[in-house]
Amino acid sequence: MLEIIKTRISQGHRTARYPKVQPTLPDRFRGRPVINQDNIDAHTLETLPKLCATGALCSTASGGLTLDMGKCLFCGRCDVCNPSGKKAVTFSNDHRLAARSRDDLRISTTQNSVAPSRLDDERLRLFRRSLRLRQVSAGGCNACEADINVLNTLVFDLSRFGIQFVASPRHADGLIITGPVTKNMALALRKTFDATPAPKVVIAVGACAISGGMFAAHDQVHHGAEDLLPVDLFIPGCPPHPYTILDGLLRLLGRID
Amino acid sequence: MNFSTAKLHNNQTIHTDEVPLFREDTFCDALSELLDRKMRICSFFGDRIDQDVVKLYAVCADDRGGVLHALCGLFSHGSFSSLTGRHPQAHLFEREIYEQTGCVPQGHPWLKPVRFPTTQHYPQCPSVSIGETEFFRVSGDEIHQVAVGPVHAGIIEPGHFRFQCHGETVLHLEISLGYQHRGIEEHLVNGPHPATPFQFEAIAGDTTIGHMTAYSRIVESLCGYSAPHSAERIRAIALELERCANHTGDLGAMAGDVGFLPTMSYCGRIRGDFLNHTALLCGNRFGRGLVVPGGVGFGMDAEREKTLTERLSATFEDFLGATNLLWESASVMDRFERTGIISRETAQSIGLVGPAARACGSLHDVRLDHAQGYYRFTHIPVCTADSGDVFGRGHVRWQEVRESVDFILRELATPDTAGYRERGLCSPVENGCRSDMFTVSLVEGWRGEICHTAITDKTGKFRCYKVVDPSFHNWFGLALAMRGQQISDFPLCNKSFNLSYCGFDL
Repeated sequence: MLEIIKTRISQGHRTARYPKVQPTLPDRFRGRPVINQDNIDAHTLETLPKLCATGALCSTASGGLTLDMGKCLFCGRCDVCNPSGKKAVTFSNDHRLAARSRDDLRISTTQNSVAPSRLDDERLRLFRRSLRLRQVSAGGCNACEADINVLNTLVFDLSRFGIQFVASPRHADGLIITGPVTKNMALALRKTFDATPAPKVVIAVGACAISGGMFAAHDQVHHGAEDLLPVDLFIPGCPPHPYTILDGLLRLLGRID
Repeated sequence: MNFSTAKLHNNQTIHTDEVPLFREDTFCDALSELLDRKMRICSFFGDRIDQDVVKLYAVCADDRGGVLHALCGLFSHGSFSSLTGRHPQAHLFEREIYEQTGCVPQGHPWLKPVRFPTTQHYPQCPSVSIGETEFFRVSGDEIHQVAVGPVHAGIIEPGHFRFQCHGETVLHLEISLGYQHRGIEEHLVNGPHPATPFQFEAIAGDTTIGHMTAYSRIVESLCGYSAPHSAERIRAIALELERCANHTGDLGAMAGDVGFLPTMSYCGRIRGDFLNHTALLCGNRFGRGLVVPGGVGFGMDAEREKTLTERLSATFEDFLGATNLLWESASVMDRFERTGIISRETAQSIGLVGPAARACGSLHDVRLDHAQGYYRFTHIPVCTADSGDVFGRGHVRWQEVRESVDFILRELATPDTAGYRERGLCSPVENGCRSDMFTVSLVEGWRGEICHTAITDKTGKFRCYKVVDPSFHNWFGLALAMRGQQISDFPLCNKSFNLSYCGFDL
């Protein structure tokens, strides 16, 4: 017993002061992508989209670039200099990526701000101070799952925000889905959704759950949760950083702006 | 032994013609004889050549000799004779061969589905909807079944567990997976494709470094290229960090499963610290983008090495404080000891790998037996136990964290300035694979042996690519560990293995 108390003292208090204090992420962390219009030239438009394995980066008819964060794996391959030594795409340290609409994940030179993601008034009234979620992994590789799970640890202490993961869909206010939704999980996902009482929310976490990610071309999977269910919040990343997920959940509930 | 096999070492590439081709009637006897001589199956798979003919390949490891034996056989009558009765470790490989090629292992005791694939490539292949299978039944007045999953009660991947119970006691557990099947192997044919490296990173997201290292070495070996020494050093550091993060998380989860909350809550955080150390190397907590064919995507610098040393030392101190509590608490040890026992004989006969095998006293570790990359120049002691129970698995994993941290800190104490770059140390190699080649890559991931085998066609593209995650060997071990246990000990036994669903389902 004495050892337990001694260890308790030496381990100290480790809960982060988020959201009052913003997290410090590693220097190589690849957060919200930024497209620099001034650095786009013909060579860039030709070569950069070819570097993208999931087709997230596309050139537009008007000579610009768009990047779909719902498909982006944040690998950073497009973060390269063109022959004149300039970068058309860079990745910022900003972890705030979540959005309520699929369109808001498509960023361009003109549109790249943190998208509004607050829930509608009726559900906000119900869930703002208490949200219970059932997690369903449907082809997720266990990276998104791990970074959702980590929100339960004392660093993030998710329950202080009134959000909890529960064991049964009957006890849940919504689903938080990972993975592209394999054909073999489609029925189980549908049944879990049906077992969740309305009104409910559906949250898609990670590139796979939003667009199929790196598996989008496979017949064995769907193109994410939206193929089967109405999705209320998209949280991009591969996997999203825990703070990206937490930020998304808190903005959905109007707990932060 | 009156036959010869192709003998190759880990990461060696040979011409496909050099893999000895056995006749239908001798292939299985030859493979059986290798297993009689205490070798293990690393990989055993089929490649359908045309409508009628299937070519079976087997790779067996002679761990003491550090040699891999490869052989193949042509089967044109739609079947081969099953080895499972004599060598249980073949059971799942044979089921997989039937599911993927339609070639029937004659005499297999129970030819059940493995992944319930949604696409049937050949008319001979069985077509079964997910979960539609006849479970082994124990009958009797007081016998009852417990069905769990595919959707589980926690934040965890899907799978189905069917327990046959007498009261609280589990008589038999059957594990039926396939819910995570994403068709990775099928889509590797004619690869590598642009999405291929990203798919390897996500075969099992918690083993990104392990699988990506195996894949990178396959490509490098097929191209006749070796990654720079400094890149191998960074890969080794990242692989050991991955081991530390997962072992720590599982020790915490095991503590939670016996209701010992201090270690559970500390380890949850400390696991995150290890992941953050990986993010210091490459910006991603799971090591995405760090290992690439040809080398590594990110280099080191003096400042980074210093920061990592400081942070890792602090994390390690926290780790020891948090986990020592486990071994000192009688209530924890009472639940850990003599729970979920697997004997050494059972472990060997079913081909268990990784910490689960070492906990039964099997002295087998790819880093030692088939050392490649940086492990050729440095040694990390192999940790074993002899109890084969939850305690054994937990304690082996605890020791492995200590050895891995010790290795990383030792490495960081002697800086490698050749590895100091902002961007990576690598040459693009993915399009230079030689044609008609056969290669095997083994990596000791945190769960155990990862085995990738690749065969290229005449244009240098993958004709066949086989992935064996350690979970493929070990799920059956979990089922056997549960026999005679209380069903309430299932979460604890499960966490002591913590196997991958997606790594198995591919």
